[in-house]
Amino acid sequence: MDVGAIFQAAFALVVGLDPGFLGIVFLSLRVTLTAVLIAALIGLPLGAALALARFPGRAAIIVCLNALMGLPPVVAGLAVFLLLSRSGPLGPLGLLFTPTAMIIAQVILVLPIVIALTRQVIEDLWSEYRDHLRSVGLDGLRAIPTLLFDGRFALATALLAGFGRASAEVGAVLIVGGNIAGYTRTMTTAITLETSKGDLPLALGLGLVLLSLTLMINAIAFGASRIGARYAG
Amino acid sequence: MLSVSSILPLTVEAAAFFGDGKLLVAPNSFVIPAGGLTVLLGPNGAGKSLTLRLCHGLLTPSRGTVRWAAGAEARAKGQRKGHAMVFQKPIMLRRSVEANITHALAAAGSNGAERKTRVTQALQRFGLGERAGQPARLLSGGEQQRLAIARAWALRPELLFLDEPTSQLDPAATRQIEELLSGLVAEGITVMMSTHDLGQARRLADRVLFLHRGRLVEDALAKDFFAGPHSAEARAFLAGELLW
Amino acid sequence: MTALPRRSLLAAGLFLGLTGIALAQAPAAPAGERFITVASTTSTQDSGLFNHILPLFKAKTGIEVRVISQGTGQALDTGRRGDADVVFVHARAQELKFVEEGFSTERRPVMYNDFVLIGPKSDPAGVAGSKDIVAALKKIQEKAAPFVSRGDKSGTHAAELNLWKVAGIDIAAQKGSWYREIGQGMGAALNTSGAMGAYVLSDRATWISFKNRGDLVISVEGDQRLFNQYGVMSVNPAKHPHVKVADGKRFADWLTSPEGQKAIADYKIDGQQLFFPNAGQAGA
Repeated sequence: MDVGAIFQAAFALVVGLDPGFLGIVFLSLRVTLTAVLIAALIGLPLGAALALARFPGRAAIIVCLNALMGLPPVVAGLAVFLLLSRSGPLGPLGLLFTPTAMIIAQVILVLPIVIALTRQVIEDLWSEYRDHLRSVGLDGLRAIPTLLFDGRFALATALLAGFGRASAEVGAVLIVGGNIAGYTRTMTTAITLETSKGDLPLALGLGLVLLSLTLMINAIAFGASRIGARYAG
Repeated sequence: MLSVSSILPLTVEAAAFFGDGKLLVAPNSFVIPAGGLTVLLGPNGAGKSLTLRLCHGLLTPSRGTVRWAAGAEARAKGQRKGHAMVFQKPIMLRRSVEANITHALAAAGSNGAERKTRVTQALQRFGLGERAGQPARLLSGGEQQRLAIARAWALRPELLFLDEPTSQLDPAATRQIEELLSGLVAEGITVMMSTHDLGQARRLADRVLFLHRGRLVEDALAKDFFAGPHSAEARAFLAGELLW
Repeated sequence: MTALPRRSLLAAGLFLGLTGIALAQAPAAPAGERFITVASTTSTQDSGLFNHILPLFKAKTGIEVRVISQGTGQALDTGRRGDADVVFVHARAQELKFVEEGFSTERRPVMYNDFVLIGPKSDPAGVAGSKDIVAALKKIQEKAAPFVSRGDKSGTHAAELNLWKVAGIDIAAQKGSWYREIGQGMGAALNTSGAMGAYVLSDRATWISFKNRGDLVISVEGDQRLFNQYGVMSVNPAKHPHVKVADGKRFADWLTSPEGQKAIADYKIDGQQLFFPNAGQAGA
């Protein structure tokens, strides 16, 4: 295949600012960022609590979480699909084939990553800070806000890992979103569709745009955390 | 210094500590009254650090008790516990110099205008004013320890614990910290610190608690201890013979 | 508690939360409040037919049509579960079964296109130019020439299996390593055939709009037995009370109306008509 055609397709997509294409990009970002955000709101405190708390079964939970980081997206998608289908337990909500369904599926994919990496980061930080924090009266769960704040740069990396998994993922959003044009079609499902239509340059062009977006977000996050980390030492 | 509301004297009664089934601190008893600088002296592994942690409350004695005077209870109802601790390796939060002090005060329950005043006082008192906005972790080792002491000082402790505060510093920084500590004692703060550095103990101590293998071997005024220790272990230590 | 970090964390959390809510509330597209969900096949979607006719339907009725494109079997299951309001597929026997089971009250023929046998230019089975699909399949089996099967219970897959049966070949028993089931859509099957130099049965519409042809050409076409009928059914509210009966019926009505039929006939790629409307034709 002509490499030039791929770049040309990618270039035309970006320069053309086709509203359909922009809609796809916006939806992709919206679904993925919302999923990461929700996973962060749940996963950061939970991961930190898991780092500090000692209770029976903790090791088992950690092992399970680490294993869930490798959960195939299709399996997560299928589970959400069966849950949200009209014939499933949450059917009456009518959420199947909506962006909300895609967000739910991606939260399930991202959450284990956020929790597991947060636990690691907070555990390391706690072993460094423990004496001082306990000395000034912040013991146990009361130390969590300080630890989350001081671990912010390492935690940003954890969220980026989650973002990467969600934005690259196609199996789950395809199943629960249905790849409906203009409604649940994301970058990755559009790539799948164009591939099946045999328009490989367009598919790869879309891939190139997705890659550039991911690269941009990572670069911004990396730069911000580097500057911040330099400031915080 | 002694008043109705004081947390001192600190009374340690037969406080022992076991770790992994081994006796790490023997059931030692001693009293820390208000005023002066007490040095916990002894070779590495003598239990100095553990003893400080037992006193500060970071560890709970396996047996025996660590008891504060009546003032502690009154204080416990308020927010401050009246004693603070500085560690061997300064623990610097990933924040600015100023924010490190603010955080400790906030954690201890100090609020609003009072907190602001105390932060400013601490920065000035320890010569960190110009460093206020800098990241604490980028300070030199000596400056970090100075900040750690400033941070503890801001909590207005009656008793300040320091665990080998200069063991990781060069001689110049060590001298600075020692001067600071003398200043704190002059201010009326009771200081209890551990060291394995004989010279430092001679320079600073009013009183020496000599520990060996977890056991309190001697409890004496510094001048008496250095003039003529009673125990064979202390004599060997003063003679520079390796002990553990 | 540490007032400073907690306050800033709280603020950050609040900000992120509000952003999230704002994002979640923002509509993805100017989605009309009225919409129906249609489960259809990869061929109607991949060929671009929907892109052509749905805007016309929306302009007329204000109803947005959300299309899930799946294999026919999967699309029928989506309807059975009540996850779609309308099913628009091409496998007559399966559609009639759907109606028989009570998931729809009526199946209406809409249009047809035809299947074509696609194969490599080199034509290893020597079937190119033939009009006899049955003879061609026999030859492919005899010579064990590579053949890609959708293997995904789609309408095309059902048609392919039926053709083997007509050819007197029990494909389940007689398939060898030359017979490759990929379990994917039409486009994927064409991509795979191109890469492996294999024969594949495709609907003409997908073939015409397919862009990655490589060495593939039409080997067999024009056989009556390659006829491919599409039917539309709205899901029975007796089975799934929540389905949008009125709007779903409106869509099926429109597809089979003169206006909808004309829209289908008007869809062309490179001057070639892809689908041939035949609503109301008896037996279709």
